[in-house]
Amino acid sequence: MTAIPTTPGTEPELGRARKRKEDARLITGSTRWTDNMALPGMLHLAVLRSPIAHARIASIDADEARRMSGVQAVLTGRDLADEQGSLPCAWPITEDMKSPQAPPMAVDEVHFAGEVVAVVAARSAAEARDALDAIDVDYEDLPVVLDMESALADDSPLVHSDLGTNRNATWTFDSAEAGTGGDVEQALADAEVRVERTFRQQRLIPAFMEPRSVVVDPTGEQFTMWSATQVPHILRTMLAMTLGVPEQKIRVIAPDVGGGFGGKLQVTPEEVITFLLARRLGRPVKWTESRSETMVSAHHGRDQVQKLALSARRDGTVTGLKVELLADMGAYLRLVSPGVPILGALMFNSIYKFPAYHFTCTNVFTNKTPTDAYRGAGRPEATFAIERMMDELAAELDMDPLELRRKNWIGRDEFPFTTIAGLTYDSGDYEAATDRALELFGYRQLREEQARRREQGDTVQLGIGVSTFTEMCGLAPSRVLGSLSYGAGGWEHAQIRVLPTGKVEVVTGVSPHGQGHVTAWSQIVAERLGVPFDDVEVLHGDTQSSPRGLDTYGSRSLAVGGVAAVHAADKVIEKAKTIAAHLLECSEDDLEFSGGRFGVRGTDQGTGLADVALAAFAAHDLPEGIEPNLDAEASFDPENFSFPHGTHLCATEVDTETGAVRIRSYVCVDDVGTVVNPLIVEGQVHGGLAQGIAQALYEEAVHDEDGTLTTATFADYLVPSAADLPEFTTDRTETRATSNPLGVKGVGEAGTIASTPAVVNAVVDALRPLGVDDVEMPCSPQRVWRAITGTRTSSDTAAEAGGGLGSMDTGGGFAAGSQGGSR
Amino acid sequence: MIPASFDYIAPTTVEEAMAALDEAGEDAKILAGGQSLLPVLRMRLADPRLVVDLGRVPELRGVRQEGDSLVIGSMTSHHEVLGDPLIREHAKLLALATRTVADPQVRHRGTFGGSLAHADPAGDLPAPALALEADMVIAGSSGRRVVPASEFFVDYFTTALQPNELLVEVRMPHWTGWGAHYEKFNRVAQAWSVVGVAAAVRTEGGAIAEARVGLTNMGPTPVRATGVEQALLGRPATSETIREAARHAAEGTSPTSDASADVDYREHLAEVLTGRALTTAAGA
Repeated sequence: MTAIPTTPGTEPELGRARKRKEDARLITGSTRWTDNMALPGMLHLAVLRSPIAHARIASIDADEARRMSGVQAVLTGRDLADEQGSLPCAWPITEDMKSPQAPPMAVDEVHFAGEVVAVVAARSAAEARDALDAIDVDYEDLPVVLDMESALADDSPLVHSDLGTNRNATWTFDSAEAGTGGDVEQALADAEVRVERTFRQQRLIPAFMEPRSVVVDPTGEQFTMWSATQVPHILRTMLAMTLGVPEQKIRVIAPDVGGGFGGKLQVTPEEVITFLLARRLGRPVKWTESRSETMVSAHHGRDQVQKLALSARRDGTVTGLKVELLADMGAYLRLVSPGVPILGALMFNSIYKFPAYHFTCTNVFTNKTPTDAYRGAGRPEATFAIERMMDELAAELDMDPLELRRKNWIGRDEFPFTTIAGLTYDSGDYEAATDRALELFGYRQLREEQARRREQGDTVQLGIGVSTFTEMCGLAPSRVLGSLSYGAGGWEHAQIRVLPTGKVEVVTGVSPHGQGHVTAWSQIVAERLGVPFDDVEVLHGDTQSSPRGLDTYGSRSLAVGGVAAVHAADKVIEKAKTIAAHLLECSEDDLEFSGGRFGVRGTDQGTGLADVALAAFAAHDLPEGIEPNLDAEASFDPENFSFPHGTHLCATEVDTETGAVRIRSYVCVDDVGTVVNPLIVEGQVHGGLAQGIAQALYEEAVHDEDGTLTTATFADYLVPSAADLPEFTTDRTETRATSNPLGVKGVGEAGTIASTPAVVNAVVDALRPLGVDDVEMPCSPQRVWRAITGTRTSSDTAAEAGGGLGSMDTGGGFAAGSQGGSR
Repeated sequence: MIPASFDYIAPTTVEEAMAALDEAGEDAKILAGGQSLLPVLRMRLADPRLVVDLGRVPELRGVRQEGDSLVIGSMTSHHEVLGDPLIREHAKLLALATRTVADPQVRHRGTFGGSLAHADPAGDLPAPALALEADMVIAGSSGRRVVPASEFFVDYFTTALQPNELLVEVRMPHWTGWGAHYEKFNRVAQAWSVVGVAAAVRTEGGAIAEARVGLTNMGPTPVRATGVEQALLGRPATSETIREAARHAAEGTSPTSDASADVDYREHLAEVLTGRALTTAAGA
């Protein structure tokens, strides 16, 4: 064997700001989006949705549609009633949880505007769409339930009459009962200071870039489904369980997927319906939604009413926290709907040392689009509420909001720390992140400017908002999920195949949809195996090539799936070492592995991994009992969550004449543990901040009194663009997670979780001298203006005619046939 | 988002376009830049039998001077308006308002005439057209007629244009030397105006000699704030007089409530934004 020189001075792969290798094709769109698929004989599906929020379907007349050009089939819920099953909910949070039947296509009754009532399969997408207009559905209106509080009243109409209630479930955690701390009622009774507030988490719509799309090919031995999903593995298992199709007869492929934010963590009605149509017609079928369909039918997020009471001593020490939530499930339970608020249950205490804590959440059904996971899922809601409360307490005590936090947070020397909610935070350094953030922000100077503006009565007031946060990431230790009644585990799987030429394939069970896993996993494995970055291929998202996995959500991919890849790589090295020792005629104990090379200690003898791979492939001379390959696989089930944290500081300028809010500067210092690729982390933080700021200032799904979504296009549902956002100043501190060998924590949700309260706290801070102590989200100019002036809204908004595209379908007059017009 | 099927023609002269419109009558829609028509078609809020694309009619494009008038072809894109030296010199307000329309992509496709004929109350160009006393030159089967902006905008998305008529060009006097500003208030950068104020001011020796103020989205059509204009006449160009005059901004308007703003907030915004627009326009 020849000695192989190692390359001196090579930059380590871990921590390297590589540009993402998958970006060129993703950005140009010349890639395998589901909607780019075209199969021989493929039919196109169009979906007719109920425009009414609650109604009995008296009749559906589709005769004319069936006769139209190109139409192959028109099916209603009644046609599929015997085979469509009920969409799965994998998270029965309590034993007595009420679960309505959730047929993919409504049979007798619709429960939200947007629910599927009929589908057309036609030779072209245009013919399918045309035929929808010829289907005549006769609806008999039923009373609509929209508001959670009135939905729980005894005399409320019911969303599902057979359940006998609109209450889905009530879930409680109490520190006294759990033995993790004291009694909150006692703490509140003994309080020197009490702060009570009610916050509304508005309903949001996960605005992923690629609309959902499904193709099902029934013509092979297996059914093959391509879907723009985050969860191909879960989807496959759930399809089998829902439809009674043997699991081995289903192959699910998530090709390139353009974003999800939790919005594609779902088993959708349309996936099931497309499957059933393809099976019935014996031909491939494709469904791709329009953006308008996304808005009304893809699951929504947030939508909680949060009632909090916090007790403290006059010196600022917090003594108790009581949280009472109402969470809107919408009309049905989707995959993890009921569990979303429960993910927040363990996070309201955040980084603070509360000695007593009580949490209760009641989930409520309403006649609205179902809610489910949306970036952060439960944790942004919790972080928002506690960070708003801390600012309110600081104001009440006339303390600096950061000083108050310092007084109550877990000190850097106190880790590992078991919280009042029973979680053990393994590591963190809130002091370091906060100090760095203050330095970058220029906190003192901004406070001085704020004082100046207040003194001068400037029409533009400056506000400073603080948010220190942590989140539980890396979902999740399977035993914890079990204790929370979740229907699956939280492990992840990886396989590494070393090809005869020394190139490497990494098969991962996570399912990237824009995060850059292909690049990050290449870096991890290249570093571990000492092979060039470009020699690593990452395979994912196909249940055939990547048979085991639990997909991508909850900032889990790196902290769980990336770690599985590390374990698999270590197994490859172990296997190769035995062969290398045999080839080098030495003991395994004499070998050391470094830079892709096995060297014999104290000599210049050695062999490279590629040579070992070729030797294993040839199999001419292998040690006794050794298989002729270097492949290895590993499953990893984390022992604990990971706990990223950070300090976010926001300065807003609030125009007191118009109510307009401008973010003047935004600084965040996040601690996400070890960083594999700083460029990817930076991207995740920027996108997360944009999404969190969007909740604070812009986005809101609004329904009118009939339950119609009035923000059903991007003309009305205001997703901010780069032009609306400030320059972000970002930095990091690094405290390794102790629960995994990489020391990583996860970064997918951090920006979204921390930024919303930072911005709202800044808005309220600007206005506090004017007597304002809260502004409901989103803090629109009108809401801010009303908070300043104390004026109430003059009338219910929405239905009147106004300007802009959005007004055209709500009586703006255009549809009624204006003349000469649209040019 | 697939539109209902329609026939499509792309004439190369105004005469050909007129002939097509004459034949199709109310079943035709005119495609200018398509920035409003295409979403409307795709959402099936309209299903014309025929779409007449004016994109290949060169005579409808461009800016020129004719005597005392500035003449802007109806198919001149927002981007072209922005870059045109004649407009910059003689109708600065129009350039400033055009700069706030949507985003660069839209401004490259969208057209001045298309925007006026669409008559969206939240559109940014009708108010400046009104303030700058533009005349609309309209071609019909019996020849051309001229309609002043004050009579052109009739109601929500409704103008004086008849189904078989075509907005050919827009003429306006020279506003050389006038100070101008368009103050747009919207929720996100690419959104329509909640309220917008178009202001042009001519000052003489520190006093306001003449003023023109047009309001966007303060009613079904753009509104001229004549109360404000009159209150400014002959007054010193100071922020105090302007603030005083701006109190008249909401007079005679009929705004509606929508998701972004209720009536009272819109009226308040009109006043604040009018003050700001005039202050910048007058350099006060």
